[in-house]
Amino acid sequence: MAKAKITFEDIEQTVNVPAGTRVIEVSEKVGAGIIYGCREGDCGTCMMHVTEGWNNLTEPSVLEEKVLKENMAGRHDRLACQAQIIGDCKVKPA
Amino acid sequence: MNSLIDVSAHRDAVEIADGVYWVGALDPTLRTFDIILSTANGTTYNAFLVKGSEGVAVIDTVKEEFADEFFARLESQVEYSEIKVIVLNHLEPDHTGALPELMRRAPQARLYISRRATSMLKALLKAGEDLKYTTVATGDHVELGDRRLSFLHTPFLHWPDTQCTYLEQEGILFSGDIFGCHYCDKRLFNDLVGDFRFSFDYYYAHIMRPFKEHVLNALKLIEPLKLTQVAPTHGPILRERPRRYVTHYRELSSPALGHGIGDQEKTLIVFYISAYGNTARMAEAVNEGASGVAGVRVSLYDLQGGEVEPFVNLIEEADALLFGSPTINGDAVKPVWDLLSSLAVVNLQGKLGGAFGSYGWSGEAIRLVEDRMRGLKMNIPHPGIRVKLIPTEEELDECRSFGQRIAENLVGLGGEKAVLDFADL
Ligand code: FES
Ligand SMILES: [Fe+2]
Ligand SMILES: [Fe+2]
Repeated sequence: MAKAKITFEDIEQTVNVPAGTRVIEVSEKVGAGIIYGCREGDCGTCMMHVTEGWNNLTEPSVLEEKVLKENMAGRHDRLACQAQIIGDCKVKPA
Repeated sequence: MNSLIDVSAHRDAVEIADGVYWVGALDPTLRTFDIILSTANGTTYNAFLVKGSEGVAVIDTVKEEFADEFFARLESQVEYSEIKVIVLNHLEPDHTGALPELMRRAPQARLYISRRATSMLKALLKAGEDLKYTTVATGDHVELGDRRLSFLHTPFLHWPDTQCTYLEQEGILFSGDIFGCHYCDKRLFNDLVGDFRFSFDYYYAHIMRPFKEHVLNALKLIEPLKLTQVAPTHGPILRERPRRYVTHYRELSSPALGHGIGDQEKTLIVFYISAYGNTARMAEAVNEGASGVAGVRVSLYDLQGGEVEPFVNLIEEADALLFGSPTINGDAVKPVWDLLSSLAVVNLQGKLGGAFGSYGWSGEAIRLVEDRMRGLKMNIPHPGIRVKLIPTEEELDECRSFGQRIAENLVGLGGEKAVLDFADL
């Protein structure tokens, strides 16, 4: 299966993951600083900033776009409970 | 002063300042709140009414079962058609239970919520796009003619959505759950009610303590304000020396064990419990290894020799926590779980963790303790060490190196962290 690398900058931890893994699944296991609320793309609590590899996450859904907007997301902010990793990227809590 | 106040004897609004009223409800029989909080004499759901020259604002509502009381108090002062503004400082059901009905009765009113509250509001009201609301943040305000309410963005106290509302001219802070407590007294004001100090601190310890960082951020906004009264959503209205409570929050949110450890120093604690002395020997070796690293203050504690509460305080201030437990019947032992299950009241996010222990047939304890630490958002940089029965000299060396590596991670030594594989997590 295709592999990808995600780095959580706040804890300086890199993990090899199968492509398609959601950021939330990895971040919770390694204890990264992203905080979760609803876990289903609704509350905006899990906003993270993608510092590298923005294009290596799946495209945000219409719903995610909306929640991001409502939560005043900046450029390259995503919801960690929604975004799936498809290539190498680096993230940190927004 | 008003020593005859008894809000349980009537269903009128109670004036707390000129044109400002309490329209809340008493819940004297409640004994546990949200399952985890005990409430020795019940609680109150405080809601308020502010009359301006051009309209009325309602600030928060009450739990659904108490809606009648809330509406009766409201109606004693205003017509629903006068309500222009509804402020929701916090969307938890204990404060929004009467909201749907209030919106039916005052359909012209506009809702003011924090940005983080949007999705919760929609879920709560099962409403679509036609909902009329304004999201506000620090610096925003709403006018009621001669009066003005301004907003303070104070997230996570107690949910992501929480905010405070400030009535500028009078210096009244409607603080939501902040400065609240579960304490029910029909005399309503802090200078009249019974001794509620215990409830105040207990509430802080359970609701606010895990979010100390956020409390400190909120205090930065609150401390500069002129304050004549602080009106929280639960418990007494703080009109006598309100600033005392603000100061107290600052004290409670500052490190409890501030002194004795240098600012540049990191602290690592090794907790262990041992049945036959094997895990104890491992703990000593871990302790030795960690102690060799400059800049790290290491302590070793036998869980059997201490109580949970002081350990929780220690843990809150520590930078790394290592737990040694034998595996008995496929599990870590009870004192370990007692401590690990008492940590929800402190924020452990990002602290380093590790586990070790001796076992007879199987060593599940290590993995279970590590998983719990991950659940507490700790970071486990190295897989734990399991030893079958009595540790050999070699195994003790491994323990030393384990302690050393974690201590080194704390002070930024130990080089690049190894890349982990998702399958191993
Ligand atoms: S956790 Fe709520 S949007 Fe991701
Ligand atoms: Fe609450
Ligand atoms: Fe509350």
